[in-house]
Amino acid sequence: MEHFDQLYQALNEVVGYIYPNEIELRWSILIVLYPYITGLVAGAFILASLNRVFEIKALKPTYEISLLAALAFLLVATMPLIFHLGHPERFYELMMTPHSSSAMAIFGFVYLWYLMVVLLLEIWFDYRRDFVVWSQESKGLKKFLYKVLTLGSNDISPKALKLDDKLGYIITVVGIPSAFLLHGYVGFIFGSVKANPWWSSVMMPVIFLLSAMVSGIALILVTYMVINYFRKQKIDMLCLDSIGKYLFYTIIIDFTLESLDQIHRIYEAEESFDIISLLISGKLFFTMSIMQVLAGTLIPLFILGFFQFYKPKEKIRKTAYLISGILVLVGIFFMRWNVVIGGQLFSKSFYGFTSYKIGLIGGEGMLAAGVWMVVPILILVFLLWLLPPWKKQHSGG
Amino acid sequence: MPKHILRLIILFVIVIGLFLVARQFLIPESFGEYGHYRANSIEENANHDIKYVDRAECAECHDDIAALKQGGPHKNINCQTCHGPGNLHIEDPTPENIVKETEREFCGRCHNKNAARAKLIKQIDINEHNIESKCIECHNPHEPWN
Ligand code: HEC
Ligand code: HEC
Ligand code: HEC
Ligand code: HEC
Repeated sequence: MEHFDQLYQALNEVVGYIYPNEIELRWSILIVLYPYITGLVAGAFILASLNRVFEIKALKPTYEISLLAALAFLLVATMPLIFHLGHPERFYELMMTPHSSSAMAIFGFVYLWYLMVVLLLEIWFDYRRDFVVWSQESKGLKKFLYKVLTLGSNDISPKALKLDDKLGYIITVVGIPSAFLLHGYVGFIFGSVKANPWWSSVMMPVIFLLSAMVSGIALILVTYMVINYFRKQKIDMLCLDSIGKYLFYTIIIDFTLESLDQIHRIYEAEESFDIISLLISGKLFFTMSIMQVLAGTLIPLFILGFFQFYKPKEKIRKTAYLISGILVLVGIFFMRWNVVIGGQLFSKSFYGFTSYKIGLIGGEGMLAAGVWMVVPILILVFLLWLLPPWKKQHSGG
Repeated sequence: MPKHILRLIILFVIVIGLFLVARQFLIPESFGEYGHYRANSIEENANHDIKYVDRAECAECHDDIAALKQGGPHKNINCQTCHGPGNLHIEDPTPENIVKETEREFCGRCHNKNAARAKLIKQIDINEHNIESKCIECHNPHEPWN
């Protein structure tokens, strides 16, 4: 009966006409986290690849950080999905008996490809020389871990390292389309729901991808500053300025595409338009106009844009970069929120709304969501402890 | 080929091999017999205990209430819609194993204002309609106009 009580409570929040199966939102905050976290992964990785493939020297200090951050978040990316299942312990069935017509089943393989073939390999090739060196220098658990990671080969002759570098490069090149695929695919999962006019758009994968890049770059910006703060190191302003520059450009492209999508909607004004404009001006006003557009896009855009023409003192710039980075991260979170939650708030009859009340506790509550945001940060701390980028000896000298 | 690349390839082969082996064990036995699902699940579902009893069963003991209900607007509502499944109760008829809800919210499930139902069920606003007392103090649930 408890379930009924929830249902009937939700029923009281309904306005207008809606179908019975639309009263309760099925996709909760956990499903908001799924594209959010995957986006951070893809974005961070693309930044790292830019660095390597296009040899952008200024971004060098963030290369390993980006890869490790991508790995930390990737390891957690599927967790919100799995714990959203009624039977989380059955998740592996998706990989055992995948159905070719299921978008989600194929995602399992896209994910594995990206994790095993792209990210882990790229990190491995990048660090292999250090594994060998560190396995000889360190003691105890670390020594053991490094030994395992070397796969028992201590070959760090220039020839072997050159091969590593070459293979790493190939993987990066393969990795860029893979990262695009990974996150474009998440966008596709939403964009291909043809029954939902708020989701169904061919632009969706592209928008998801661009917003992923925005959030990933912001993540690295913030992570880089936080790491340097804890290590009491001076921040490389040239690097920070160039991350800021790339963040600025991607926000512009992302914002343009999203606006284009909305303008297209407004001009076409299909039969779903009335309900969608009510949605935007009503239930999504705070999360969309205030959090996503104003705080998450316009303010950072203004700050970063300003810095492209005029560069104030370092101290001011640092603070402003940190604030912009955090604002962008929050803004993109709400962008995912507006897509996932927003798409379920209105009835497919186009005549009514339901509402979403997020609980504090429980598997789909705020605390559970918080856990899935903290775990990747802990993993990242562990990875930075095990594979400190600042202790790497760069082959160039 | 350098040693580490060879080891890497072996590692990948092992991982993929383990996956393929695990698949042999983890795919349910009857999977795919009829379609892309576990064939045994049909039988398992068919074997679930039936919780709702035939609507005529209740009237065998509660004939007074059944008769009363038959004359009122709730005549088409199954007893178990309001009282929950009756399988345990008909075997061992005690008040403990059957639901009896008496709060206003209970009637509100069907009668509270809701645009989707307005034409089907008479609607009242549960926060306005005679809020001093419970619904059942004025309306008999089995014959609301009695
Ligand atoms: C075998 C006879 C029998 C059948 C069949 C039967 N009941 Fe009962 N029911 C009883 C008895 C006896 C009581 C207990 C009366 C008491 O102790 O006051 C009772 C009590 C109840 C009560 C009151 C519980 C309370 O908390 O006061 C409800 C409600 C009820 N039955 C509903 C049903 C429904 C619904 C069905 C059909 C699924 C049903 N009964 C079938 C014999 C039966
Ligand atoms: C619209 C919902 C509804 C339906 C349908 C319904 N009941 Fe009830 N029933 C109630 C409520 C509410 C009470 C509690 C009344 C009270 O406590 O005064 C109740 C009480 C009872 C009781 C306890 C004795 C009493 O009169 O208080 C019995 C027995 C009972 N119902 C049997 C039945 C049977 C048998 C049927 C089907 C013929 C049935 N009910 C259909 C809502 C319903
Ligand atoms: C399972 C849904 C359901 C529940 C629960 C329910 N009712 Fe009803 N009720 C109906 C339906 C269906 C009708 C018949 C259609 C109509 O006339 O509104 C009805 C009719 C009525 C009517 C007559 C309306 C009219 O003028 O025709 C009253 C009064 C009423 N119910 C009161 C109650 C009370 C009091 C309760 C709580 C004890 C209750 N109902 C619980 C579904 C329900
Ligand atoms: C103080 C006594 C009292 C209480 C308590 C009470 N009602 Fe009524 N109800 C009435 C009377 C009298 C009428 C008929 C006049 C009217 O429509 O207001 C009525 C009418 C109704 C109608 C028919 C409305 C229509 O449009 O024809 C429904 C349905 C109804 N009540 C359900 C409920 C429900 C559900 C509750 C509990 C949430 C409830 N009542 C509580 C006295 C009461």
